[in-house]
Amino acid sequence: MKPAIKIENLSKQYRLGTVGTGSFAHDLNRWWHTVRGKEDPYLEIGEANDRANKGESDYVWALKDINFEVKPGDVLGIIGKNGAGKSTLLKLLSRVTRPTTGSIKARGRIASLLEVGTGFHPELTGRENVFLNGAIMGMNKQEIRSKFDEIVEFAGCERYIDTPVKRYSSGMYVRLAFAVAAHLEPEILIVDEVLAVGDAEFQKKAIEKMKDVSKGGKRTVLFVSHNMASVKALCNRGLVMQNGTTVFSGDVDDSINYYLRKDIKENHSSLKDIKQRAGNSKLVFSEIKLLNKEGLEITNAILGGYTIFSLKLESLQVVNNLEIRIQIIDGFGNIVSTLNNFHSADLFQNINNEIVANCIFENIPLLPGEYTLSLRARDQIDKVLFDELESCFLFKVESGDYFGTGRIPIVKQGVIIDHKWEVLDEK
Amino acid sequence: MSTIPEDYDLVIEPKTRLLDLNLKEVWRYRDLLTLFVRRDFVAVYKQTVLGPLWFILQPIITSIMQLLIFNNVAKIPVDGMPPMLFYLSGNLMWQYFSGSLTLTSNTFRSNAGIFGKVYFPRLITPLSLIISQLLKFGVQFCLFLVIWFYYYFNGSIDFVLQPNLHILTVPLLIIMMAGLALGAGMIISSLTTKYRDFTFLLTFAVQLMMYGTVVIYPLSFVDSQYQKFILANPMTPIIEAFRYAFTGTGTFSWGYLGYSTLIMLFLMTVGVIVFNRVEKSFMDTV
Repeated sequence: MKPAIKIENLSKQYRLGTVGTGSFAHDLNRWWHTVRGKEDPYLEIGEANDRANKGESDYVWALKDINFEVKPGDVLGIIGKNGAGKSTLLKLLSRVTRPTTGSIKARGRIASLLEVGTGFHPELTGRENVFLNGAIMGMNKQEIRSKFDEIVEFAGCERYIDTPVKRYSSGMYVRLAFAVAAHLEPEILIVDEVLAVGDAEFQKKAIEKMKDVSKGGKRTVLFVSHNMASVKALCNRGLVMQNGTTVFSGDVDDSINYYLRKDIKENHSSLKDIKQRAGNSKLVFSEIKLLNKEGLEITNAILGGYTIFSLKLESLQVVNNLEIRIQIIDGFGNIVSTLNNFHSADLFQNINNEIVANCIFENIPLLPGEYTLSLRARDQIDKVLFDELESCFLFKVESGDYFGTGRIPIVKQGVIIDHKWEVLDEK
Repeated sequence: MSTIPEDYDLVIEPKTRLLDLNLKEVWRYRDLLTLFVRRDFVAVYKQTVLGPLWFILQPIITSIMQLLIFNNVAKIPVDGMPPMLFYLSGNLMWQYFSGSLTLTSNTFRSNAGIFGKVYFPRLITPLSLIISQLLKFGVQFCLFLVIWFYYYFNGSIDFVLQPNLHILTVPLLIIMMAGLALGAGMIISSLTTKYRDFTFLLTFAVQLMMYGTVVIYPLSFVDSQYQKFILANPMTPIIEAFRYAFTGTGTFSWGYLGYSTLIMLFLMTVGVIVFNRVEKSFMDTV
């Protein structure tokens, strides 16, 4: 089948810093090179886009040599960390800006949904804004008129439709805006994390609408999100990006797995080398291990098994009122549980030099799957943040006999809550 | 490298040809144009009591002030027209030009929010501004006609209004005026996306240029040796011709109008080319 979108050697370079006399000098130089028929001198000096490290050059490649194809009817989920180039890619696709090199070829009309409610004018009524926004998105008046009732019903704001949108509640505003966007019918739809609007009920509605859009098999959708659950729910293909390049593309489940693995630091028991951390570092997490009942290191926990999250901390000075928080995050990026010594034990006092803090589960209630841990240490009274690490440790949980009945739970969602049953004879 | 036939609807590449205007696409988005015009025109006077009446009050008050200062105090002649008509006509024309120019020259900066999120032919925006300003001009022009009729039927010995066949050129004059503002506005808006120096220049240049146009004095008042400087301003022949058409006094010259037309065509051509070049990537620098 012919691809709906074909991207070849696509790159985008940005210049860092401010626009002033310095950039004017570069512009003159670039112009001088063009006049003499030479290549742009600044195209060669860009660096990969790693924002944590200071670079040598003022130029960075937000995207570098991207190549991929999307077949008609595919719903492609583009995943990657902040700054991986996802949004830049969408901007190029939606023609907001143009590439530095390379090309994008597409069949059919492209509509992009990088934001809901683009061009909404606060003084105009809901009705007027539906038409205006629809037209901005590329619909003509007739198309909008034929879908107007559907849009209003979907947004659930019929009563307010002739009131200026500046009087709307923020929820109503985004719902109306999303409703217009959801009723676009282009051959290629580009969506950037716009589902994260409105309340839970509306989000569900929005996801279902998005699914409907892609179900027909005619529409090609490119979807960017950090929420792995919605990527998994919507997409059939995945593309993983990192530092402006594509590192993986394939089936959506494989892509999510690849991405989550990629997210984890190589040597996961030592936390010292991780650069992306917050806090004043007066006290830092230096090591994390998973231990069993005998105190031996394990790589996988077992559902219902005795498990210890063993954290080693190093402090420069005596620390009091220490609060340690561990967040357990599942494969879809949802927080399964938050463990906090302030709630379940007490604040730790007189911490000095090196200590080990063990968080103990006599029978861990996590269902089989991959989990990551986020750590935070702070002074709970003075609210001073010492150290914070996000998703710094990956571990697996294998299926186990939680209830000791010999029957092993096979559910895949949520956690097990300890409970008992009793049957009473009503006489 | 591939065997796939190149029958794509859309190709996005770093560089485009100089005159790749894609007017077909502009036509496809014509509904957006009308909606933008409506938005610009309607949103201005929402939540006001007088509504579009404000469009009328502004030129009237300006004209009265000018009448008092330049005519009564400074005794600058007005080519034997009713002074009110003289100032009003000058103000209508100049305010249309300067208003449109200022607005269009801010196209990229003031719409960066929308332009950064969604694609539509960018040309739609300056076009919509020119047209919504034209509607405003239309309202003001009605006012002009009312006052003109008043003087026409209540003539006095001081002046006689002699409307003539040149009135037929008025639509042409309006188009020239719009074209000048659009062309210059597009050029300036393109220049200011990266280096904003021009924005500052424009604000007071437009204010000063009013004194270099025949808004508050007639061309005949200017010493003949300096007339060429005033005439270098392409708006001068247009305003003079407009006055001549309605009153029969002033200067009407096809030659001068031809000069204005040439300037307009030049600005439009350069404007469209520059605008078209800048619109593809201005988001990176604006």
